[in-house]
Amino acid sequence: MTNKTDYPVQLIQPDGRRVLDREHTALIADIGPEQLRALYADLVITRRIDTEATALQRQGQLGLWAPMLGQEAAQVGSAYALRPDDYVFCSYREHAVAYCRGVHPTEITRMWRGVAHSCWDPHAVNMTNPNIIVGSQGLHATGYAYAAHLDGTEIATIAYFGDGASSQGDLAEALGFAASWSAPVVFFCQNNHWAISSPVRIQSATPIARRAYGYGIPGVQVDGNDVLAVLAVTRQAAARARTGGGPSFIEALTYRMGPHTTADDPTRYRSAAETEEWARRDPIARMRKLLERESLWDETFERQVGARADEVADQVRTATIDMPDPAPTQLFDHVYATPHPLITQERSEYAAYLAGDPDEATARPEGVPT
Amino acid sequence: MITTFAAALNAGLRRAMDDDPKVVLMGEDIGRLGGVFRVTDTLQKDFGDNRVIDTPLAESGIVGTAFGMALRGYRPVCEIQFDGFVYPAFDQIVSHVAKIHYRTQGKVLAPITIRIPFGGGIGSVEHHSESPEVYFAHTAGLRVVTPSNPADAYSMIRQAIMLDDPVIFFEPKRRYWDKAEVDFDAEALPLDRARVCVSGADATIVAYGGTVASAITAAKIAAEEGHSVEVIDLRSLSPIDFDTIEASVTKTGRLIVTHEAPVFAGLGAEIAARITERCFYYLEAPVLRVGGFDIPYPPAKLEKHHLPDPDRILAAVDRSLAA
Ligand SMILES: Cc1ncc(C[n+]2csc(CCOP(=O)(O)OP(=O)(O)O)c2C)c(N)n1
Repeated sequence: MTNKTDYPVQLIQPDGRRVLDREHTALIADIGPEQLRALYADLVITRRIDTEATALQRQGQLGLWAPMLGQEAAQVGSAYALRPDDYVFCSYREHAVAYCRGVHPTEITRMWRGVAHSCWDPHAVNMTNPNIIVGSQGLHATGYAYAAHLDGTEIATIAYFGDGASSQGDLAEALGFAASWSAPVVFFCQNNHWAISSPVRIQSATPIARRAYGYGIPGVQVDGNDVLAVLAVTRQAAARARTGGGPSFIEALTYRMGPHTTADDPTRYRSAAETEEWARRDPIARMRKLLERESLWDETFERQVGARADEVADQVRTATIDMPDPAPTQLFDHVYATPHPLITQERSEYAAYLAGDPDEATARPEGVPT
Repeated sequence: MITTFAAALNAGLRRAMDDDPKVVLMGEDIGRLGGVFRVTDTLQKDFGDNRVIDTPLAESGIVGTAFGMALRGYRPVCEIQFDGFVYPAFDQIVSHVAKIHYRTQGKVLAPITIRIPFGGGIGSVEHHSESPEVYFAHTAGLRVVTPSNPADAYSMIRQAIMLDDPVIFFEPKRRYWDKAEVDFDAEALPLDRARVCVSGADATIVAYGGTVASAITAAKIAAEEGHSVEVIDLRSLSPIDFDTIEASVTKTGRLIVTHEAPVFAGLGAEIAARITERCFYYLEAPVLRVGGFDIPYPPAKLEKHHLPDPDRILAAVDRSLAA
């Protein structure tokens, strides 16, 4: 991979025609009709998961949701480049990556409903849970990648983060460590142009991918709304990691079509004209045009995809609504891996308090010497 | 004027900026958006983007550059978007901001105010509901304060900005939408003074930030049950106004301290120890603490159990009265 930011890598033009780019087309030479259709189906299904979750939040079933509307190609394309034994470090918006990693649709909303801090078992799908402290996962991924290398395991580790996160010191330190260790890690920046209300120019005066060069890490900009281009560059970076080539940096240019989270009001800081311009670059529409051109699209297929999306959305909805509130004493579960006297005491005192047993509750109140 | 807590802060910031051109605000999303809680709403429009600065997304960067600006005579007011995001800035705060005056034997000032929405009760996701006040109260060189109502919000933010020492200014986020009468011309209580907000004779409750309202509710319920409970709003967490607490406890003989933060090694422990020293012969019962459990802040659906509510505070009042 060479440093490349002058022209972002693109393999599908907005009208659905292929781009003549031999280097990157070669990386997806095996993607035949069935895979093209599968990619399209996953773009549609993951969008449906996202709109369903957004609706669930509006209906009060979720406390919050971070919509990924518009970022489907960046997420699905990169996730398709990974093997099950690769490891993914994510932030809080990678719902489509999670779906592609095999996270069951019924697990995606758990944290957002507020019944737990996690959604799924990370080691079951080799993908961490939503990371809310922005940028910190860049270091975690670098450490994981280095450990995998020490173990002699030939896998790629990938860290997803946003354009805003690229300003954090942790990310700068991660690039430094990764370069120093030649760690097999892929930094995947989804530049969706906004960090809440801050446009990307507040974070960086150069294309973000170019920052990687200064660390000696190759960087590439890719059209993040082009699922094939994202797949190609991520395959290249992951292969590089697995074969001892060290770290890489990908900047996927995409756009957050919705609010930052369901608590945000984007009309306060950005224009409708800008959003409309990006709506014309919609990743799903583009893929559909490619399928149409290559005679892979018909209404039966569309109906099948729609039915599958409805089914998945229904799983998300039903599972979310059915998630019971946790029992109060779960407060004290898993604070430590080993028994801890203070927690043990607080658990039993609080259980007694809830049970309204005054003797038990006053047995040894906090602060009273025994 | 009837004003929300957030609007009172906004008015205080506006007044401080009017009064001193060296006051600058800096933080994530504070400009056009007016901050995620709208505390800085319209300020960038009125003062320009050199005085209300939308920073890159980096807390260490915000506080570190504010420190540099302070060395040049500015009075930066930093906004940390949520409590759980202050930790990347921790080194800048405790190693540099807090210590520069001491290190330079008084030659350099760091009049920086660091505003942090803190505490829970808004049903948010992880890292959005923490009570990190003790980390800062434990650090010499920092002042730590928290208003609990709109009037204090207005006066305390101005006092904090004018102070020549760095101030960690905690804003109880579940109170942002509380409304109250604010007299913008009233004389303010000194920044480091606690306030008796309910007077009583049988027991004293000390609270601060988000738990003050719960303590006042508890005192009202206690009054219906025939117990006269005094409530003190601490306001300043470092230094602590022990004189006001001592005066109350010498009268009531009983003390309950409540806060959202975990009880272990919390501010309640400090208050219990000092008041035991100062009021040993007046105390009729051990000082009790009612606080968050010693766990990470729990998921939203469980926070009502973790936060000390009037019932849990009352249970402690009853225990104290029974002793
Ligand atoms: C350390 C830290 N500071 C602040 C925040 C609050 N916050 C959450 S998301 C966000 C913007 C992130 O923007 P970006 O990295 O571009 O990712 P995006 O949300 O656009 O996907 C901010 C400021 C946070 N979560 N963590």
